Amino acid sequence: MAAADVQTSPEQGRARWKYLDTILNRPGPFTDPEWVPGEPQIESVSRSKVLVIGAGGLGCEILKNLALSGFKDIHVIDMDTIDVSNLNRQFLFRHADVGKYKAEVAAKFVEKRVKGVKITPYCGKIQDKDEEYYMQFALIVCGLDSIEARRWINATLVGMVDNENPDSLKPLIDGGTEGFKGQARVIFPTMTSCIECQLDMHAPRAAVPLCTLATIPRQPQHCIEWAHIIAWEEERKDITLDNDDPEHITWLFQKALKRAQEFNIPGVTYSMTQGVVKNIIPAIASTNAIVAASCCNEAFKIVSNTNPFLGYPGMDNYMMYTGDESVYTYTFGHQKKPDCPVCSEEQLARPLQVNPNLTLEEFLTGLAERPEAQLKKPSIRSEEKSLYYQFPPDLQEQTRPNLSKKLNELVSDGEEVAITDPAFPLQFKYKLVFQK
Amino acid sequence: MATDLPHPVQGPTAKEKKYDRQLRLWGATGQMALEDSHILLINSGPGVVGLETLKNLVLPGVGHFTIQDSSVVSEADLGVNFFLEDEHLGGFRAEHTCNLLKELNPDVQGSFVSEPVETFLAHADALYPYTLILVTAPIRPELLAKVSAYADAALIPLFYIHSVGFYSHFSIHLPPAFPIVDTHPSPETTTDLRLLKPWPELVQYAAEKTKALDNMAADDHGHVPYIALLLQYLEEWKASHDGEVPKNYKEKTSFRDLVSKAARTNNAEGGEENFDEAVAAVLKSLNPPEPNTSVKDIFREKEGLTISKGSASFWVITHAIGLFYTKHGVLPVPGSVPDMKARSADYIELQNVYKSKARKDFAEVLESVRVLERNANRSTPIEEKDVEAFCKNAAHIKLVRGRPFHVVQASETVKWGDRAKSIAQELTFPDSLVPLYIAFLAFDEFVATHDKDGLGGAPKVPGESDLEGDSEKVTGIAYKILNDLLKEAASTPDDDDLDTAKTRLGEFVQEIVRAGGGELHNIAALTGGLVSQEVIKVITEQYIPVDNTCIFDGVKSKSAVIRV
Ligand SMILES: [Zn+2]
Repeated sequence: MAAADVQTSPEQGRARWKYLDTILNRPGPFTDPEWVPGEPQIESVSRSKVLVIGAGGLGCEILKNLALSGFKDIHVIDMDTIDVSNLNRQFLFRHADVGKYKAEVAAKFVEKRVKGVKITPYCGKIQDKDEEYYMQFALIVCGLDSIEARRWINATLVGMVDNENPDSLKPLIDGGTEGFKGQARVIFPTMTSCIECQLDMHAPRAAVPLCTLATIPRQPQHCIEWAHIIAWEEERKDITLDNDDPEHITWLFQKALKRAQEFNIPGVTYSMTQGVVKNIIPAIASTNAIVAASCCNEAFKIVSNTNPFLGYPGMDNYMMYTGDESVYTYTFGHQKKPDCPVCSEEQLARPLQVNPNLTLEEFLTGLAERPEAQLKKPSIRSEEKSLYYQFPPDLQEQTRPNLSKKLNELVSDGEEVAITDPAFPLQFKYKLVFQK
Repeated sequence: MATDLPHPVQGPTAKEKKYDRQLRLWGATGQMALEDSHILLINSGPGVVGLETLKNLVLPGVGHFTIQDSSVVSEADLGVNFFLEDEHLGGFRAEHTCNLLKELNPDVQGSFVSEPVETFLAHADALYPYTLILVTAPIRPELLAKVSAYADAALIPLFYIHSVGFYSHFSIHLPPAFPIVDTHPSPETTTDLRLLKPWPELVQYAAEKTKALDNMAADDHGHVPYIALLLQYLEEWKASHDGEVPKNYKEKTSFRDLVSKAARTNNAEGGEENFDEAVAAVLKSLNPPEPNTSVKDIFREKEGLTISKGSASFWVITHAIGLFYTKHGVLPVPGSVPDMKARSADYIELQNVYKSKARKDFAEVLESVRVLERNANRSTPIEEKDVEAFCKNAAHIKLVRGRPFHVVQASETVKWGDRAKSIAQELTFPDSLVPLYIAFLAFDEFVATHDKDGLGGAPKVPGESDLEGDSEKVTGIAYKILNDLLKEAASTPDDDDLDTAKTRLGEFVQEIVRAGGGELHNIAALTGGLVSQEVIKVITEQYIPVDNTCIFDGVKSKSAVIRV
């Protein structure tokens, strides 16, 4: 079917692209004076192979938008299957699709709707793929809800840049939403500020201390976290908690409710239990539409040069969006950080203020919450020695006693440490500065 | 309601499951409002932005939508519109887009009208069934004027939308009084602890919790709620400052030092979390609980001054809260307390101190509401929960004064009225998008004065065939609109500023004409996202809508909201 469409004469084949071609065929007041309208641009858009990471709320929109922007060779990666709670915004899925792979269903749907576009799904993790795979794309558009996956692809793309080979530079366009808020940003790896440079703009929520959960709960959420983290471990250790199993959520809800009643804390509901346990972020079609379209608008401009785009060195590269109070966008140029562990050239060690009396274990736990680090499974070595390694097991065994030692017993003030985390293909260098 | 045993778990309903991610934003009442609405789209041009808007309304479950569109599906539609397929070529666009949209959500009803907009609007009561209307450009001005007049008379929200090439615009015509109680302010702005105006129960609580503070055991000392600490140290401060609380920044910082020094540091952590919280709260919590001006202004609006049988509930409650404010100098206590380091029982007790005060204030307001109702002979009493919700959010209520947007008529000067001065001023700001708005007005005037067949049929848009000629014409129109604006505002910007504004206006016009009236799917989708979001806010009467015009520049990825 698709092949037959491609065979038709160019004129016939382009009739449906009338509006797009009008733009591609005419220079505008902001196009570069050197820009050649027409055939080269049509070719550029049709031939560029693009990768979409994520086929969820943003991904569905991105696939539709790219297909209707004239892109013909699109790949999409997503490891998830469709859940009923996706249907209020992920418009490529129907009730009958619940349980199927998102990437597959989304690809098929858009291929059927927009004739002549080829969409290749991969139902798995981005980490399954290597540099050679990522090298084939002209650019990558991300619609993810995980910071970890974003950091991984960012570090991978930065690592791929070879100054001798301009084709190795893959623009990364990233969208994210939460309720009525979101952002769209364009990254030209090594040239502009990267995801890692911008990490502190997306600070994680502070976790409630365990002792609060265990002894002095005050909020309904504390009771739910207690049921989730402590009660389950104590009473149902042999069963793996499945966030999608209603029986499990119901058990947690009833536990939390009972604890809340003991402490006279009002407000525990089933919906809140689900929200806390699954870390649910509110999501709506409208915000996804705005952010995804902004990403695809930039992708189209980058490939066609029909207008200036975000991420052009020295220009804006980040659009922040807020829609709960009127409509507000803030578009600005985020500066590259000279000590970025991913994209800085010299890999300078970042100074990190620490309390020297913390134990190594407390320090490592704290790294998960520090906005500029957000590392969950860190291994650490100093200039002198291995301080703690998560694996291999014998090294872990050997370094475990260090966990209870204080930092000032292990490193000196101003000493550099290198931290690795299996989630990221790089090491983070920090210079530990003792708080006075 | 309260039982000793956990409730038997019903689990969420199928609908709650499907809508879970949005119910966490606008709740069951917002959802009900959406499901009760019937939206009309009067579609034209390539017609993408209107459908992308509807898509984002069908998905969250709007009750009913109707598409009026007399176009026949063309090849060009298939490359820009996601809700059409090859087999629909030659069919009615209204019918096929309606059907494909309906597939998105079986709980939504969809209808279509494929007769031309002229005859559709000629039927008596044509617009009567709809609770909100969307119109996309291009449309003949006399028709838009007709819909606008209807919206004005029937108090129905009306949206007018452009999506052309890399640019878009929409204006919202809301009823003249559009109040919102449930504005969803950010949690950081809503904490209202009344530390400078504590009531007796709160003072007593603080005194009890801080009794013999200096002799407390370490663990007790580290668990005194910070609100109690601040109230206690305020008493100490007042004792040495003629009974005055810290007022300016300098006094607040020295008060903060006083609190900070009181923390015990001879422990493993080298400090106390509750004292850290107290220190952090000083600057933002020690402010007089004065409502902001925009809220005080609402108490003075004419609709709320005298309450009659027909007054909207909003005004009755506003009047009652106004009485409360006049009497006490403060708004009702909202009653929420942020989480803080404290023992469970102490925290719950503190929460109850705030909650009982909130209930007491609410009872007083409710009593006034009932008196007002009796005096005005109102038959149905306002529901208690509405009064309660109002009291909780009284400091954040919002009133939008809706007004008609510009309908550009051939050979009529565009008028700006009371907005002329401010718009004329904004026009010359370096990043202003006012010139882009003017470019869209010029686009409309071109449409108003050009027909496709010269017989008053389908509107002709600039740039379809004659790029340069039309650019020149539209630029001419745009300059005239700009000059008329300056004249009406009696404004004479300096020459350089005016030149820059005109250059920018010329560029915006060129870029618009470049598109030849075509839509780019991305811009249509983005704008459809913005418009649907605003529709949801307007229907649910939650959050704060655009007042009243929004412009998006897809070249620079920037937006602006202006009131015209
Ligand atoms: Zn970086």
